[in-house]
Amino acid sequence: MMLIQCPWCGKRDENEFVCGGTTHIARPPSAVTDAVWGAYLFFRENPKGVHLERWRHTWGCGQWFNAARHTVTHEILAVYRMSDPVPDLSAGGAAS
Amino acid sequence: MSAFRTQTGGRIDRTRKVHFTFDGKTYEGLQGDTLASALLANGVHLLGRSFKYHRPRGILAAGSEEPNALVAVRRDEARYTPNLRATQVEIYDGLQAQSQNRWPSLRWDVGRINDLLSRFFPAGFYYKTFMWPKSAWKSLYEPVIRRAAGIGKSPTLPDPDRYAQRYAHCEVLIVGAGPAGIAAALQAAKTDARVIFCDEQSEMGGSLLSESAVSIDGLSAADWVAQSLVALARNPRVTLLPRTTAFGYFPHNLIGLNERVTEHLAQLPEHCARERLWQVRAGTVLLATGAIERPLVFAGNDRPGVMLAAAARTYLNRYGVRTGSRAVLVTANDAAYQAALDLGAAGVSIAAIVDVRKNPGGELHAAAHRAGIEIFAAGTVLGTRGSLRISGVQIGQVDGSGAVHFKRSIACDLLLMSGGHTPSVHLFSQSRGTLSWNEALESFLPGTPAENQRSIGACRGVYALSAVLEDGAAAIAPQRFTVTATVTSPSGWLGALPRPVDSHGAKAFVDWQHDVTVKDIQLATREGFHSIEHIKRFTTTGMATDQGKTSNLNALAIASDRLQKPIPEIGLTTFRMPFTPTTFGSFAGLSRGDLFDPVRRTPVHPWAAQRGAVFEDVSLWKRARYFPVGDEDMHAAVNRECVAVRSGCGIFDASTLGKIEIVGPDAATFLNRLYVNNWSTLAVGRSRYGILLRDDGFIYDDGVIARTATDRFHVTTTTGGAARVLGMMEDYRQTEWTDLKVWLTSTTEQWSVIAVQGPNSRRVLEGLVTGVDLSAAAMPHMSVARGAIGGVPVLLFRVSFTGELGFEVNVPSTHGQAVWEQIFAAGQAHGITPYGTEAMHVLRAEKGYIIVGQDTDGTVTPDDAGLSWAIGKAKPDFVGKRSLQRPSMQAPERKQLVGLINVGSNVPLNEGAQVVETRAQAVPMTMIGHVTSSYYSAVLGKPIALALIAGGRARMGQRLYIPMPGGELEVQVTAPVFYDLEGARIHA
Ligand SMILES: [Zn+2]
Repeated sequence: MMLIQCPWCGKRDENEFVCGGTTHIARPPSAVTDAVWGAYLFFRENPKGVHLERWRHTWGCGQWFNAARHTVTHEILAVYRMSDPVPDLSAGGAAS
Repeated sequence: MSAFRTQTGGRIDRTRKVHFTFDGKTYEGLQGDTLASALLANGVHLLGRSFKYHRPRGILAAGSEEPNALVAVRRDEARYTPNLRATQVEIYDGLQAQSQNRWPSLRWDVGRINDLLSRFFPAGFYYKTFMWPKSAWKSLYEPVIRRAAGIGKSPTLPDPDRYAQRYAHCEVLIVGAGPAGIAAALQAAKTDARVIFCDEQSEMGGSLLSESAVSIDGLSAADWVAQSLVALARNPRVTLLPRTTAFGYFPHNLIGLNERVTEHLAQLPEHCARERLWQVRAGTVLLATGAIERPLVFAGNDRPGVMLAAAARTYLNRYGVRTGSRAVLVTANDAAYQAALDLGAAGVSIAAIVDVRKNPGGELHAAAHRAGIEIFAAGTVLGTRGSLRISGVQIGQVDGSGAVHFKRSIACDLLLMSGGHTPSVHLFSQSRGTLSWNEALESFLPGTPAENQRSIGACRGVYALSAVLEDGAAAIAPQRFTVTATVTSPSGWLGALPRPVDSHGAKAFVDWQHDVTVKDIQLATREGFHSIEHIKRFTTTGMATDQGKTSNLNALAIASDRLQKPIPEIGLTTFRMPFTPTTFGSFAGLSRGDLFDPVRRTPVHPWAAQRGAVFEDVSLWKRARYFPVGDEDMHAAVNRECVAVRSGCGIFDASTLGKIEIVGPDAATFLNRLYVNNWSTLAVGRSRYGILLRDDGFIYDDGVIARTATDRFHVTTTTGGAARVLGMMEDYRQTEWTDLKVWLTSTTEQWSVIAVQGPNSRRVLEGLVTGVDLSAAAMPHMSVARGAIGGVPVLLFRVSFTGELGFEVNVPSTHGQAVWEQIFAAGQAHGITPYGTEAMHVLRAEKGYIIVGQDTDGTVTPDDAGLSWAIGKAKPDFVGKRSLQRPSMQAPERKQLVGLINVGSNVPLNEGAQVVETRAQAVPMTMIGHVTSSYYSAVLGKPIALALIAGGRARMGQRLYIPMPGGELEVQVTAPVFYDLEGARIHA
């Protein structure tokens, strides 16, 4: 069970959250090809390492936010709001 | 007192005798004994039969690593716990223990035949067996194997005990109360940290509890432990948890602890949890989990009376038990000599020490010499004798050329062995720390941790007592200790002991609990398995409930030897939680029975219950399914309720419908982007049937949506879909369309919804509702108005899920039952009849209204369901729109919703039944769809069904077939509407 930093509520147990998968995926306009639309719907990377993903504090404030999580160690290198750009993770990022 | 109990010493209370039974026979032990030590004190070494070969087995170890001595402990019929390690069971007066895996008795076991037939049961036997004829497997092999192989049985009654759970937070969690753990705890207690300190044993102290001849800071080991624990117990920031196993290490330093609260008590206290599950979130975790002595692998190493040297020492020094009268020690290290010396001093005759090393030496070796014990260097064991207990051992020696020669047979009733120590890295490995191979120690040691943690003491290969204490303290702050103890050099032996090249037959066990031998592992390598993950699965070594605590490294070494590859290249299997088996009760805690899930009841529930309603579970809700009158069964009640609605008036509790209030200047735009329909054209005071898709184009939910103001919508969802629809809405609102000014609020529990349906429904409500003109002209189908009933404000929908003239009265929940009762009273003159979900299902199916999740399954588009009319064609986009344009989503052969009526029978079809195109097809038949809804329609006097059929709408009038166990049923395809095809009644 991870300890996740909600940007609004602070550190809470993973039980209170729902993961929404990879983040920073733009919903394409209707005009795209079937292949592009299919890739948007169904295809995701499965990295062994840092993964930028969406989380919702469902049983807390209900807000969505982004997290940079290492899929092997579960270390959360950063949490940031949906509207924020990808933070610089080169320095190791903020501790979870 | 038995001949095997010493006169003095040990930590048992000699004044408190404890009586217990083992396989029905009564024995006497002492307070402080484990079942293992008490049985050994009675000279009982035979405790069980092995898993596969049913070989007699005794006690190998003294702790949680014990692979053999699995017993069942029974208090009563419901309190029966199988597969407990006798080395961890504390005895109490009246304890009943039973051996396992034997029939008819432990001493005379029929399954022993497996041992003699063992060449037919090699490693991989189970996998290969699956290739034999299927019929033989089912009728012959499986029943026989199931009875012959296996471990304990389950209790037959539900668990009557309570299990507690708690969360805890601390700065420092220390796992393991040996010297390293205690030294660390003493240092941590000097800071202002909150400390949780746990140990799996009944007493804290670890290896120090078995020490006879060391001193720490001028105190004996026992006194130092006692003094330290008193100091720790006095500190209010320190929580001491004996009998508590750290079984699992979860991300971000969350550790699962299982505390056994009452297992050791003769009398169970009332109102006390049997076990307690701790979920501890720790700032720092200090792992002081020690090391496990490794057995040696030689032929006949599993006979009762063959025991780890340190275990024999523990039984002597901690429990005052001599585990034999004439012992031989086989060792690969100095430290085990101490066991021989201690046992010798306690009166056990030490017949010989067989040291596998060429040139053994050191302080303890010299002491053994002085004690007159015969020592064989470069020794090995060729075999053992005995049936239910060891009676002798054949010793060999390795000459300069490496050849093995028989040396001598020695009679003994105890064979001690020590192959060195394996650090307990289980929790470290669970936490995803990387292990590194230490060549000098021939051990995997903790490498880079993945968490804020530190391994201290023997679990990271630090063995000398002074070093262990200092290592433990240094995790918090350095501290010096004055220690007197014999210094020994750590060494060991990995894999099988040397044996003559032509030796065959006798089994040399690697994994005691799963009966895996050297030959099994060699067979695995011969059959091409080269990774330990594969060897493990083929042989099942290390896959028993002990997870190979005593066997993993020997198995690795044997594979390494055969494959001529160094151990690190063969790899180490991953350790999983739990460290030792943990009860389901502990995990379930209070989540059982009524507390397993919350129960949701509507405000009308008490009325319905009083009326005798039969309820069904719909998600977490209790919903009235039907209201039987007299001795009606469900069929009769539903028929009556349906007819009442169609001919007069019915009242139905629809409060469980999900409700979401959508408010804001962009509310209509938000709904336009989300639902398939066009919401801009919906006038205030009107409602519309809405369909919600996922972005893959498939139906996700549906419901009536009303516009109650320009900037306000009242959205209804399916009963089960309320939470996930709100979740989906929030997702799009917060992450996709952040430009929209719109707010979402769940109002499911704020409104009670009372459906009044049927030709008389207007007459029932007319006299009750104030402020609303209910006439067809003023309030047509799908209109919405605000009014009041008995002074209570209501939101009144003219809407119908029955196809009849109907209304849904939304009323604040606190007034739900009162308004329901008023409507019911007013309806008496019009034959108002309460109806349940079953009649609701029939009524809606007669009209072909779908239920999402029943008539759809996540692969159904609006067009498949015949609902493409709902789609706002002019809208540039909505969730799912792009997916509907994919060619496959428009293929004419897609499954489409149709009606089915029986031909030549009057029996309702089975929901889920498969539909085929032609009669008497050969198996496997070509299925073209399935029945989604099926009921008997009392109004129509015949069964009706809805089905999803490939290209269904082009099949109108076609005959199709439904193969059933009792024979084929014939059906005819119709439109999915069976009643009032013109739809006139709804507009009455
Ligand atoms: Zn939050």
